[in-house]
Order: sequence, then structure tokens, then C-alpha cells
Amino acid sequence: MTKTALLTGSAIAAAFLSFAAPANAQSVGACLITKTDINPFFVKMKEGATAKAQELGVELSTYAGKIDGDHETQVQAVETCIASGAKGILITASDTKAIVPVVQKARDAGVLVIALDTPLEPIDAADATFATDNFKAGELVGQWAAATLGDKAADAKIAMLDLSASSPSVDVLRNQGFLKGFGIELADENRIGDEDDPRIVGHDVTSGNEEGGRKAMENLLQRDPSINVVYTINEPAAAGAYETLRSFGKTDGVLIVSIDGGCPGVQNVKEGIIGATSQQYPLMMASLGIEAIAKFAETGEKPEPTEGKDFYDTGVTLITDQPVEGVESIDSAEGLDKCWG
Amino acid sequence: MTDQTAAPRGRQDFENTLDESDKAVAAFESHDRNVFDRAQHFLHGNPTMVPVIVLIVSIIVFGFVAGANFYSAFNLSLIMQQVSIIGILAAAQSLVILTAGIDLSVGAIMVLMSVIMGNLAVSIGLPAPVAILAGFAGGALAGGINGLFVTRFKLPPFIVTLGTWNIFFALTLWLSGAQSIRSQDLDANAPLLKFFGNSFGIGGAQFTYGSILMVLIFAGLWYMLNRTAWGRHVYAVGDDKEAAELSGIQTNRTLLSVYMLAGLVCGLAAWASIGRVGSVSPQSFQEANLQSITAVVIGGISLFGGRGSIIGPLIGALIVGVFNSGLRLAGVDVLWQLFAIGWLTIIAVAIDQWIRKLSS
Repeated sequence: MTKTALLTGSAIAAAFLSFAAPANAQSVGACLITKTDINPFFVKMKEGATAKAQELGVELSTYAGKIDGDHETQVQAVETCIASGAKGILITASDTKAIVPVVQKARDAGVLVIALDTPLEPIDAADATFATDNFKAGELVGQWAAATLGDKAADAKIAMLDLSASSPSVDVLRNQGFLKGFGIELADENRIGDEDDPRIVGHDVTSGNEEGGRKAMENLLQRDPSINVVYTINEPAAAGAYETLRSFGKTDGVLIVSIDGGCPGVQNVKEGIIGATSQQYPLMMASLGIEAIAKFAETGEKPEPTEGKDFYDTGVTLITDQPVEGVESIDSAEGLDKCWG
Repeated sequence: MTDQTAAPRGRQDFENTLDESDKAVAAFESHDRNVFDRAQHFLHGNPTMVPVIVLIVSIIVFGFVAGANFYSAFNLSLIMQQVSIIGILAAAQSLVILTAGIDLSVGAIMVLMSVIMGNLAVSIGLPAPVAILAGFAGGALAGGINGLFVTRFKLPPFIVTLGTWNIFFALTLWLSGAQSIRSQDLDANAPLLKFFGNSFGIGGAQFTYGSILMVLIFAGLWYMLNRTAWGRHVYAVGDDKEAAELSGIQTNRTLLSVYMLAGLVCGLAAWASIGRVGSVSPQSFQEANLQSITAVVIGGISLFGGRGSIIGPLIGALIVGVFNSGLRLAGVDVLWQLFAIGWLTIIAVAIDQWIRKLSS
């Protein structure tokens, strides 16, 4: 009986460990390591990298964690890349701190490491970072929401729908950016949830999907039914939050803002479900990354960061059909042309 | 008896010690040695009482901790909505666990079937009822594949379903391109898919059809497990497969039927999940496999098979829902919710082991 118990126990533990999808190790080339294969954002990133790699004749291997936060698989992927003799690694790290030692091992072996989308901690642990300015992405929708409410922004009731309990840096940056953009005084800029402004009803986590968005919105509305501004970490979470508002009969007079700029999300902006969203450009990050690796392989030259920032900013654009003064934006039709996924 | 007639001859040697021997009539050991023993025996006879007591106590405690909002009919019905999908999956999971197996693929089957339903109805444009039936059939088939590997190839259920979890997950990504089907597109093309998201109100409470479905599924399974020969067979196979086989039960057939039924229930969960989430979302319910096991374990069904009532996991799912809702309303950080549910799971299994000591 004890043996069975042990077996069952360790078996359940094993269930938490995910399986890598080892791509074919190639002699020379580049590696793309994404957080998961499930998020359209990373799917798009892979597309961009694959297309560019084909164009430049770079041999690309791709790896992905099974779920967001699957750090172990990413470590294995980096190790495989080093062993395969790749010239460069593009990585969106699941655990931005813990990945640093193995990234250092890669750099010591002469591999160019570029962090995509998510900066490592510290940011200079990678040779370069090609990313969205997530703080600015949050700030844009925060400014938009405040400007749209006008005078009423002073007594807004804000729900913050974040990503996960472990608060990765993208989660913190977007959250804090939004609050700053909305005009709320930040406490510690590296922490979620330490602001004591009474306009913030509360924070909850969504896992960045519809189901989580729905549940989180339900929970926060239970805490305060007068919520009229909803910040969401991404558009699937926003869609879930909207479903809750609809089932509570509260869709009127509630602003939903989001970040990402995926096609279904921009479509939701067009239909008035999401008020505004900040669009980012994963395809560009990946193709620029491949270009940089090709250049590095040829000349040994490393990419430079955008002036005034410690990373290469691939840009972010506010998309809304109700533009406000002082915040630059494009409309949903133009956003649909540029959307990903 | 003969010694009485022989009495006049005087007592024999061995009779001299008779007075010192135990004269009590043979009896079962007394139960009420102390409170703990009594509780142990009570729970042994009524294993579902553990989760019921925990549920009642936690509702009372969170009423104090989380304030008046918690007790509102609306909030309590909302908890039911929130646990409905995991609850239905826990029902499927219970069937398998009762046979001393485990099904890690329940959540993956559900998400895959919801994607199949959505794709057939929205992208291909088949009538919604056809798409839904296809999802049910697919669920039963997926469960059947698990069952086949377990019975035909004698592989451990854990390994089989760990494998199919990954397989179904990969198929989900392939079919959906990781892309959700939006709520608005469902409304336009196949509103029937969102049927279980509809709700009706009684007083302040809002019951979605999905929460009603969950209760009906548990009621149906309770009947099947407790009032049909098939149900007895399931318990017998779970308790001791060889003994069941020797008593003439076709154990492999029973096992296969359990896995297929579990898959079918996952198909139902798929339909209900579309209503609950509002869209077809391949990214949702990543942890549903393990959450369903949590509900089953907290509900008092033994992971070693053959013990526990199917109603337990319903209570188990509600306990998890009450904890989450209560802690959130009290403003407790998410990580402490995970902490609490983790302890709850371990304690539930510890109690199960303690109760089981009686039978061994």
C-alpha cells in the first residue's frame, strides 16, 4: 500500500513536469525558444522567425515550454542549442531571473543571445533585447482611459486583471504603466498591488485566457459592483471580462482596456467590446532577431539598443475608435491590417 | 456438557481452571473507546461526511472573514457557476479513480472537444446539434482510446493518460491554431453552443444551466453507481480487480466502459465550458486535469479505488470554490489561495488514510 502511495505521489509530481518538444538539432544556425506554443503571440513570432530564416538561409530550430512558466524545458532548450553549435539564440524567457546562468553559459560559448518580448533580469544578461515597451503599452491605455472619463476619472472604480500569481516582469510593467498613465501614484514600481489609491477596487489573476478573465471579473465585481474601468493584461482576458459584464448586465458605461493587438482583440475594439488596446509587433521582434544573428555570424557585430533605452524598442501603437486628444492612436481598421494571430 | 453428568465423580484437573477463563460471549470489539475512535468509525461508515463537514464549516468561517457579500444568494450561486466545469470533470475523474485508475487527460479531452464543436459549427458551418453530437462522440472515443490501452495493453492508467494528455493537447493546438473563437462569432453562427451559459434567477441567485447540468450529471452517476449492476461492478473492480474477475465480472469490459463514459462526460463538459467561458478558448483550463483530481481527493474518494461516494467530488469542487471566493472577497493574495488549497488536498488524503486503517 505504501508503495502504491509513493508511486501515486511521485507520479502526480511528475505530471507537473512538462515535456520538451525537441526539434531537430542542426549543425549551424539559430534557435528560437518561446514560452509556449499555445499563445498566438508566440505562434506569430515563430512564423516571423521561420520566414526570415528561410530568406537569409539560417537554419532555425524552435523550442517551446509546454505551459507559461515552464522554466525547465527552456533550460534544456538552451543547452541543446549550445551543443548544436548554433550562432544565436532568441528567447522569450518564462523565468527571467532563473534563466540567466544558462544564458551566461551560452554567451561564454560564443553564442549571441537575444531576449525577445520579455527582458531578462538584469536586462544586460542577454546581448540584446528586442521588445515591446510594456510599461509604455500600459501607460497608453491608462492615459486613454483617463482622458475618456475626463472629470469622472477622479472617482473611477478600477479593476486590475493581471496575469499570474508569480507576476512576471511583463505583468508588472503593464500593470504599473496603466496605473501611471491613468494618473495614479505608484508605490514600488516593481510590485503589483501596493498602491493604496481608493480608486483601485482590486487585483486578480487571469492566466491570460478567457476563463480566467471571466472568473477574475466575477470576483472583483463581487467586491465592488460599481467598477467602471477594467484593465486587462491581454485581449483573451478582456473577452472573458466582457462575458462577465454581460451576464451581470453591466456592459454600459464600463471601459475595458487591454494590451496585445492580436486580430480577435482588434476585432473586439472594432465592435466596441474593448475600448482601446496597445498593439505590439511579435513578428517584427522575431525577424529582426534572425537578421541580427545572421549579421553577428557574418561580422561579429552585436545589435545596439534604441537610444535612451536599455533595449531595442519594436514599437507599440494605441488602437481605438474613440481617439482622445493628447494620446496618439490609430483606428481599428488600420489595426486589423497590422494585427497578429 | 458431559462434565455436569460426571459431577458426582468430583472435578477433574482441567476443570479447576475453568472459573478463571473468560466467560464473555464472542463479540466485535467495542467502538467507543474514545472520541477519535468513534469519529474514525463514523467516518469509515460515512466517508462523504468529511467533505460535507468541511464545506459547512468553511462556509460559516468565510461568512465571518469575507463579510456579508459572501453569504448573498448571488455569491453562493456564483460559486456554483465557477466550479461547474471543474465539477463536471471531477465527476468523470471520479469514475476512473473509483476503478483505482487516474485520468490525467480529462481537461485535455474537454478542451479538444470544445474546439472540435466550435470548428465544426463556426468554421465549417455544420448545424450546431451535429457539431455538439460530434463532440460527444469524440469524447467517448478519446476515453475509449485511454480505456483500450489500459485494458488491452495492460498499461498503467497514469502513463496512458499522461501520454494522451499531451496528444490531445497537441491536437487542440493543431485544430485551433491556438486561436479562440470569439463570443460574438458564436452568437452569430451557433448560439446553441453557448446554451449552458444561459441562466435563470430565483430570488437573488443566478443559476446557469451549466451549474444545473453539473448537479444532474452527479445525480445520474450516483444512480448508475449505486442502483445498477454496472455500478457494483465498478466498485468491485476498483476494490480488488482479481477478486472481481474471479466472481465473474468482466473486468476489462467494465473498465473500458468507465473510460468511455468518463470521456463522454468530458464531452458534456466541453459544451458546458463554451457556455461558461463565452468563447471557444483553447488556452483556458490548462490546469483542469489536476484541479479535477483535487476536487475528487478533497471529496473523499480514495485514490486506491473502490471507496467513496460520487457525491463527494461535487462537495470537493464546491469546497475549492468556497475557499477561492471567500479568500478573494477577503482580499487575500492569490498565492495564499494556492497555499490553502494545497494543504486542503494533503489533509484530505491524510484523513482518507486514517479512515482506511480500520479496514486493513
